[in-house]
Amino acid sequence: MSDIGYLDGKVPTGPIDEKWTSHKFNMKLVNPANKRRYEVIVVGTGLAGASAAASLGELGYNVKVFTFHDSPRRAHSIAAQGGINAAKNYKNDGDSVYRLFYDTVKGGDFRAREGNVYRLAEVSVDIIDQCAGQGVPFAREYSGLLDNRSFGGAQVSRTFYARGQTGQQLLLGAYQALARQIRAGSCTLYNRTEMLDLVVKDGAARGIVVRDLMTGEVTSHSAHAVVLATGGYGNVFYLSTNAKGSNTTATWRAHKRGALYANPCYTQIHPTCIPASDDFQSKLTLMSESLRNDGRIWVPKNPADTRSPDQIPEADRDYYLERRYPAFGNLVPRDVASRNAKTQVDEGRGIGPLKNGVYLDFGDAINRVGAQVIKERYDNLFEMYERITDEDPYKVPMRIYPAVHYTMGGLWVDYNLMSNIPGLYVLGEANFSDHGANRLGASALMQGLADGYFVLPYTIGDYLAGMLGEKPLDTSDPAFKQSEAEISDQVKRLLSLRGKQTVDQLYRKMGVDVVWAKCGMARNEQGLKEAISDIRAIRDEFWSDINITDQSQTMNQSLEKAMRVSDFIDLAELMCKDALHREESCGGHFREEYQTPDGEALRNDDQFAYVGAWEWTGESGQQKLHKEELAFEYVKLAQRSYK
Amino acid sequence: MATTTPARGSSTSARGLVRPTFKQPSKRLPYPIGLYQTAVGKKWVMGVTGIMMMGFVLVHMIGNLHMYEGPAEYNEYAEALRNLGGALIPHEGVLWVLRLGLITAAALHIHSAATLTIMNRRSRPQGYQAPRDYSAANFASRTMRATGIIVLLFIIFHLLDLTWGVFLGDDYIKGDVYNNVTRSLSSAPVAIVYMLANIALAVHLFHGAWSLFQSLGWNSPQFNQARRVFATAFAGLILVGNLSFPIMNLAGVVSQDTRTTPCAAEGGEETDICLGVNE
Amino acid sequence: MRITLKVWRQDGPTSPGSFETYDVPGVSPDMSFLEMLDVVNDRLTLDGKRPIVFEHDCREGICGSCGMIINGVPHGPEKGTATCQLHMRKFHDGDQIVVEPWRAAAFPVIRDVAVDRSAFDRIIEAGGYISTPTGAAPDANLTLIPKPVADAAMDAAACIGCGACVAACPNSAAQLFTSAKLAHLNLLPQGQAERWARTEAMVETMEEFFGSCTNHGECREACPKEISIDFIAMMNRDYVKAKRKNRKLLSQIR
Repeated sequence: MSDIGYLDGKVPTGPIDEKWTSHKFNMKLVNPANKRRYEVIVVGTGLAGASAAASLGELGYNVKVFTFHDSPRRAHSIAAQGGINAAKNYKNDGDSVYRLFYDTVKGGDFRAREGNVYRLAEVSVDIIDQCAGQGVPFAREYSGLLDNRSFGGAQVSRTFYARGQTGQQLLLGAYQALARQIRAGSCTLYNRTEMLDLVVKDGAARGIVVRDLMTGEVTSHSAHAVVLATGGYGNVFYLSTNAKGSNTTATWRAHKRGALYANPCYTQIHPTCIPASDDFQSKLTLMSESLRNDGRIWVPKNPADTRSPDQIPEADRDYYLERRYPAFGNLVPRDVASRNAKTQVDEGRGIGPLKNGVYLDFGDAINRVGAQVIKERYDNLFEMYERITDEDPYKVPMRIYPAVHYTMGGLWVDYNLMSNIPGLYVLGEANFSDHGANRLGASALMQGLADGYFVLPYTIGDYLAGMLGEKPLDTSDPAFKQSEAEISDQVKRLLSLRGKQTVDQLYRKMGVDVVWAKCGMARNEQGLKEAISDIRAIRDEFWSDINITDQSQTMNQSLEKAMRVSDFIDLAELMCKDALHREESCGGHFREEYQTPDGEALRNDDQFAYVGAWEWTGESGQQKLHKEELAFEYVKLAQRSYK
Repeated sequence: MATTTPARGSSTSARGLVRPTFKQPSKRLPYPIGLYQTAVGKKWVMGVTGIMMMGFVLVHMIGNLHMYEGPAEYNEYAEALRNLGGALIPHEGVLWVLRLGLITAAALHIHSAATLTIMNRRSRPQGYQAPRDYSAANFASRTMRATGIIVLLFIIFHLLDLTWGVFLGDDYIKGDVYNNVTRSLSSAPVAIVYMLANIALAVHLFHGAWSLFQSLGWNSPQFNQARRVFATAFAGLILVGNLSFPIMNLAGVVSQDTRTTPCAAEGGEETDICLGVNE
Repeated sequence: MRITLKVWRQDGPTSPGSFETYDVPGVSPDMSFLEMLDVVNDRLTLDGKRPIVFEHDCREGICGSCGMIINGVPHGPEKGTATCQLHMRKFHDGDQIVVEPWRAAAFPVIRDVAVDRSAFDRIIEAGGYISTPTGAAPDANLTLIPKPVADAAMDAAACIGCGACVAACPNSAAQLFTSAKLAHLNLLPQGQAERWARTEAMVETMEEFFGSCTNHGECREACPKEISIDFIAMMNRDYVKAKRKNRKLLSQIR
């Protein structure tokens, strides 16, 4: 790490509320008649990808859209429950673009770029208009006006929602807009097609190499620009609330072609998930955070207490959040609630058959407002809980435990959402994003759609305008051919492995026993160093001891998974490296060495108020650090406190 | 940019393995014909023709209740049907209009059912191996094709029997509806055919009289509960009414009229046939 | 628990398939159905055999990727539940469980129990959208929508596109899927301008791939989101109207 690079985020100058407006004016435009001469590749069809592809198609660009799913509608954005923030101030409760900006910077523990965050807050209002116009059935009041709720401890009601399925409805809106463009011929969909490489030539992104998951065929696609909207890497932990298919392969392979991976250690842990029930657990299920509004979190005071929860008298219960944070109580932010639950479980006070959870008790709330009111508020969540655990939360307290659910880190992008590779754009959770070190509730949907609908369609024009008359690189170019050959070799190598473990067994070992254990909710130097050497050992095991029995080139899920896991292994190492280098605690990154006497995160703004972006140097774990210094002109640096 | 308005027909790009099994006509046909080209349109036609035939079945059942009043009233009812329209319209004129309407309705109903069946068979080329537990489909809905065919065959039998008198032979007396019916139904095998056919009809109606609301889109939370009640009541009413005729005949409650004979009235000799004596 | 799994194995779209039976000991009642299949797949791999191909993704019942016929019932015995949310506690020790793919001409088998559902995308592409180009929408509160209408639209929009309705229908009809999308868009004021064109286009595209509705109601019983067949009635009504209205609209252009 001797030579550190420095990065320019290219945030426009001027007052914060005029940056985006003046930037929009200053950017070059592409003549409408010329738009169809440009090819754009969009990888991923979640909120960011589908909205970007549809918007670019509407503008008249030739768009090729890639998804490894059978349909764009399956992307994991669909699973978001809570809602989407927007500074509409429909409730007249003092919300504004500035307040949303302020809350997001502060909530992100001062590790986000102010200019980006302000723009996010600014376009948030347009997103709601756009989605309502598309027919997203947002919740309404009897007046016919849109309903809002407060979410994740926000002090204003700015969250729009569609039952507990906001992500689904927003994604369907974007998917339908995309479907319209597919029909119109401006977008071409390549479903069941996985991106496996980015092709860079003469310093710019020229196209991608993909594998058809139904036929195994490896082909190349070239374009004037490549847009990655391939989601986060939460599945590096094996157990997370992400969909089983969510992976880092597209971003990781772009990283290996030169794109910088920024802040990979920022991972968000959601406090209210259903704990794992056995060793076969394949994923964790998130329960909406709103449950903490009425539920009280507790553990038995005596770790050896084996009584059923209703037999434990008040005196023997420890409502540890209420005890430690009298002001916020059970409503402390996600990271604080999560870490405290971990402490309880680590100290042996965990509950449930595996002693891996804490109680979320609705007994008091039911006594206070009655079961009927609780039913109205949370019935669908209670039902889901009962379906999974076979326990009735109206009678028995819920068992909850934190789980990984969002990753703030990702590929580094500038203000235009372009990575350090010209022509490579990264949107949504895949980029290192506007959330800093910690994301506020109901902001992920906002960012994905902001990037796709309202930022990229402008900024990409600025880049493309300079390429008028240029043809995309021919796919017969050696750069493509070489990449295709490398992928075919990798497939051959994987299929030849005849070891003693399945991919899943090794993957679980890495994710749960190493990454979650040592680079999870709390990290320390020794653990991270161990983790790095463990991961290296696992990599060796992977390339010698796994077994893929399915040899076919058709739909081969073991092969697909093996390729994704191989990238997760490399990413895990970088994550630990990043966590090790960041000698402070901030947001989703908690280093045990750096905490206040009360056990709160202790930032080090003097040394670490920067984005840490890593450059691939040819070997895993040997990435070079680049820094983008963060300046806070509008939101004053301050310590968060929830006492 | 190409069209961005909703467009008929499948998209041009071939993605995945699936290919259309049925091609829509590319040209927009005039309203009723265009509607009938499609499955939803055919179901609509089945609903409308179903209502027409339900009307017939109901009126036919109620009319036959005259049987219990006696031969004179019953025959009078039959004559009244032929005289519908009174003196203004030629004899049997209105009746023939009604008959033609019913024949058309039946033909469309059957044609729709047949073509939809072909379409449905093509849509499920391979069935399931595991024993299937239907959770909503009932016996009636799953046997619509069978009960429909039974009813169709019965209608043909019924027309041959009582409209053209094929089976009664010389016992058939045109115009003496009462005696034709009672003679036919007094034979146990014939009565059993009538009873079985009417059970099939009721089963067909039990689903059809509910299903037509769906096919025609008559749906509202305000009366959705009543749709099932209506269908059950209608099927039950038809079943009870229509079953009563063969049962009452077999039981001897209704029997042949031996008092007067139209033959005598016409001045012919008293014969066994005219007296309707069975012994 | 110990169960016997009888599962459809088919190598590719054109290869013939057959059932294979596996003895699965050590099933925990807390496992989800898919986790049980994960375990079977791990064992098959360690035995040097080819694992079972099945689609799945979010495993929380919302993405619509998973779906198989379990003992003759789409998504298995629990009502209103997708396969991923079905747990083994719904079965008994010693049970035989038969697993088959969705069967429909419109859902060709890709491999084992994975099928191609892209016909659903074609239906949406035909008109399952409200044409609002990015940036063209007015303020969201400018269009007032009565709460019951918004709620009904949401009920319809809850569809996850898993295909269980088609699999459950003896005719492989896609009426519930199509009508749910139509009802979602046709109920809303924003969707009125394209209502009749949309209805005609989507219904006719649907009929190119799927069978016809005989009003059994099996689709609703199989639907993991329990979407009502009332929407099918609404679609039928709108379609017949659309056939007239669209001709009328055309004549206005001329």
